[in-house]
Amino acid sequence: MPNDTQKISVKTTDFKVVGTTPDRPDGIDKVTGRAKFGADAYAPGMLHAAIYRSPHAHAKIVKIDMSRAGALKGVKAVVTRADFATGLAGENWNILENIMASDTALYDGHAICAVAATSALIARDAIKLIDVEYEMLPHVTDVDKSMASDAPVIRAGTADKSVPAGLGENVVRYHESGHGDIDAGFAAADLVIEDTFKTEATHQGYIEPHACLATLDTDGKGEVWCCTQGHFNVQKVCAALVGTETSQIRVTASEIGGGFGGKTVVFIEPVALALSRKANRPVKLVMSRSEVFRASGPTASASMDIKIGMMKDGRMTAASAVYRMQGGAFPGAPMEFTSMCGFAPYNLENVHQIGFDVMTNRPKQAAYRAPGSPMAAFAVESVVDELCNELGLDPIEVRLMNASHEGTKASYGPTFQRIGLVQTLEAAKAHPHFTAPLAENTGRGISCGFWFNHGGETSVTMALSEDGTVALSVGTPDIGGSRASMGQMAAEELGIPYEDVRVTIADTATLGYNEISHGSRVTYASGLATIEAARDTLKKLCKRAAAKWGIDEDAVAWVDGCAVPSGANAGDFDPLPIGKITRSMGRTGGPIVGHYEATPEGAGVSFATHIVDAQVDPETGKTAITRYTVVQDAGKAIHPTYVEGQFQGGAAQGIGWALNEEYIYGTDGRLQNTIFLDYRIPVASDLPMIDTVIVEVPNPGHPYGVRGVGETSICPPLAAVANAVSGAVGVRMTQLPMTPPHILSELGKKARAKKGGANG
Amino acid sequence: MSMIHVNTTVNGDEVDFVCDPRETLLDVLRDRLSLTGAKEGCGTGDCGACSVTVDDRLVCSCLMLGAEAEGKSIATIEGMATTEALDPLQVKFIEYAALQCGICTPGILIATRALLAKNPDPTEEEVRYWLAGNLCRCTGYDKIIRAVLDTAKDLRADAGEAR
Repeated sequence: MPNDTQKISVKTTDFKVVGTTPDRPDGIDKVTGRAKFGADAYAPGMLHAAIYRSPHAHAKIVKIDMSRAGALKGVKAVVTRADFATGLAGENWNILENIMASDTALYDGHAICAVAATSALIARDAIKLIDVEYEMLPHVTDVDKSMASDAPVIRAGTADKSVPAGLGENVVRYHESGHGDIDAGFAAADLVIEDTFKTEATHQGYIEPHACLATLDTDGKGEVWCCTQGHFNVQKVCAALVGTETSQIRVTASEIGGGFGGKTVVFIEPVALALSRKANRPVKLVMSRSEVFRASGPTASASMDIKIGMMKDGRMTAASAVYRMQGGAFPGAPMEFTSMCGFAPYNLENVHQIGFDVMTNRPKQAAYRAPGSPMAAFAVESVVDELCNELGLDPIEVRLMNASHEGTKASYGPTFQRIGLVQTLEAAKAHPHFTAPLAENTGRGISCGFWFNHGGETSVTMALSEDGTVALSVGTPDIGGSRASMGQMAAEELGIPYEDVRVTIADTATLGYNEISHGSRVTYASGLATIEAARDTLKKLCKRAAAKWGIDEDAVAWVDGCAVPSGANAGDFDPLPIGKITRSMGRTGGPIVGHYEATPEGAGVSFATHIVDAQVDPETGKTAITRYTVVQDAGKAIHPTYVEGQFQGGAAQGIGWALNEEYIYGTDGRLQNTIFLDYRIPVASDLPMIDTVIVEVPNPGHPYGVRGVGETSICPPLAAVANAVSGAVGVRMTQLPMTPPHILSELGKKARAKKGGANG
Repeated sequence: MSMIHVNTTVNGDEVDFVCDPRETLLDVLRDRLSLTGAKEGCGTGDCGACSVTVDDRLVCSCLMLGAEAEGKSIATIEGMATTEALDPLQVKFIEYAALQCGICTPGILIATRALLAKNPDPTEEEVRYWLAGNLCRCTGYDKIIRAVLDTAKDLRADAGEAR
């Protein structure tokens, strides 16, 4: 089997620091209120900004009159699209159009202009004095309606070359993949089930609204402080949108109050920069919660057709899917990921999938934790569950029989290297949860889930201090405790205590480019970079020891934080600890700094299996999650407690998606639920404890076997909960969220059908 | 609009400030008193990230006006640790990894301290319902609930020893 990454030697045993659970370096800051998040920065002479947003779903902007707003005492600057760069193309044009409309408001909440004033209250007052004249246009917010030939067109000519002829103007990208002969596969099956599923858009729901503090001088030099998952990306996008050079903007990432994909995107920083340039003062811009819901995120909504054939013994013969994904008023719904993830857990001879990227009058969708995969898992795993029910088969045994493993040709093309799906299924089968008795009105759901994981451009620097301690600079914002795991990996390699490593998320002027903290890449890629930077550092330390001892560099090894002579002819010298080498480094060749810059490509894919018990009250339709178990392959858990936290967080978000959360649009195309009271994410009293099992099947592409863990955890819950609820109520639930009214309506349909059947 | 002059007590210290009558207590704490530990997650009292106590009563500081602080005693996250040490709850939250991003943490700590002052021996269900007004998007609450229950147990043991 071809395997480019087998050159990496993977260490799996004898760890000293990796696998332990030290306190995080930002812990005290975060429990004392001292940690500085996006909105916690202030600058001398700072102005406060506010954005005017469209109240309409789709309207031509005829005229923007800011004269009354500009005349308000305390208002120092106003900007419209005319204050941003011109001549942009591709995604930069999309981003600019999304954060500051040109001639058309494309969704409720679309930014149209902005003001900066001496206080936040004055800025908000000024917004109310802005007069915009609109010419209303017809709108569409539903994915299936938007694909119809008579749908209002969002932006003609947006479709790329992948889209086959004859589809509506709002279908802008197309994906098709698979292998084998599905017609023959379905013909051979004992049972074929085909069904259609829908999921609504959900929001990433981070508790910290987008916030930034920006300065842009008339000479084109700027500073940005913001909460983001990727400050190097913010730097690049901001420079393009305000028309300056990338290196002239320095971006510092604040502590980040949750992102989950939603803070991989640029929304407000260029607006603050443009206002600052006009006012010649620093500008702070903070979104309100309703702005977060109306104009940032959300995820795509989906409409999906799944068809799977199975033999009586549970063997799958063929599978096909069509995924229609709605991504708002711009291209980008993650339909290729949806298509590629859906059948990835299964070793299929015959498989085929199609994806459509569909535009509507909604906000531009943003990544949300394994973008596109949870919806696919919901649809596919529901059909697998129904097949098991119809054929009287055990849901775990059927999944084991068909599970992808090392050497399987994946449903999306490549051949899997070493993967841990079977191990998660075996662990789920052995877990006491799987065989525990079920209470009344309760169903038990099982689901698998898959995510690719990612590597990406990465740059790390490790500087040694004179006392032998270490300053480690990484460029991937810490969104879940990564500073702790980086410190652990550095300490492990150097053979020094964890406490001797200080990890900093460095700004854009300090390191080479670092891709965003996304794709579950940080512990994998920044971790690999940290280990390589440490190995670079060790080489330099050994060289200094060799020079001191007057022996060959190759005759020096590094053992437990000390240089030692190694080999028969190396000579006899006392071990030289790191602190002794660094104390004299100024006289022996200067500062010792290790570094690593590369684009690691060995991110191992990851699988999970979840078990959930859901109890449905037949009177009210309310679902209670009564037990939940996450089993997931982490490759190697650097900090097991934080890995558990990722498992639990993903499960909780998935439960919210399955039961409560949805974007609700009125017939006017306006978002109806723009505050947390109406967009209800799970609260503490909604959830049980969430059990976790960490499976460790090492990733051959990482020196310690690490696989990303952040995203896979949200892939199974939608299906697992839907399978549990379907079992509890005796009706196949094909649409999310499964709110009490939705469940009551399904129960009512079932009762009427039963009555009708008895009468007839 | 004319400003209002307010005298109040924050974390045991007497302070005064002037504010616009429309400014919330949260605005005042953050923008006028430089106490940015309380966070604005929603501005509508739904997320609890701005939790403080006013005369020992747990409130969302985004739902109270700054001017209403006159003569009151306000406690924020910045006053939770003593000069000697972190509060046992703060220690336990770090140990249990009861935070990931940490934006909800100040509010949850303030709300939890208010719970334990009222009820030193809460059940898991009581903790879950008390904290139902404090949204956390990262953790799924599991480790938060465990940290609270374990702190309560330690505090009861300490109180028992003290008697």
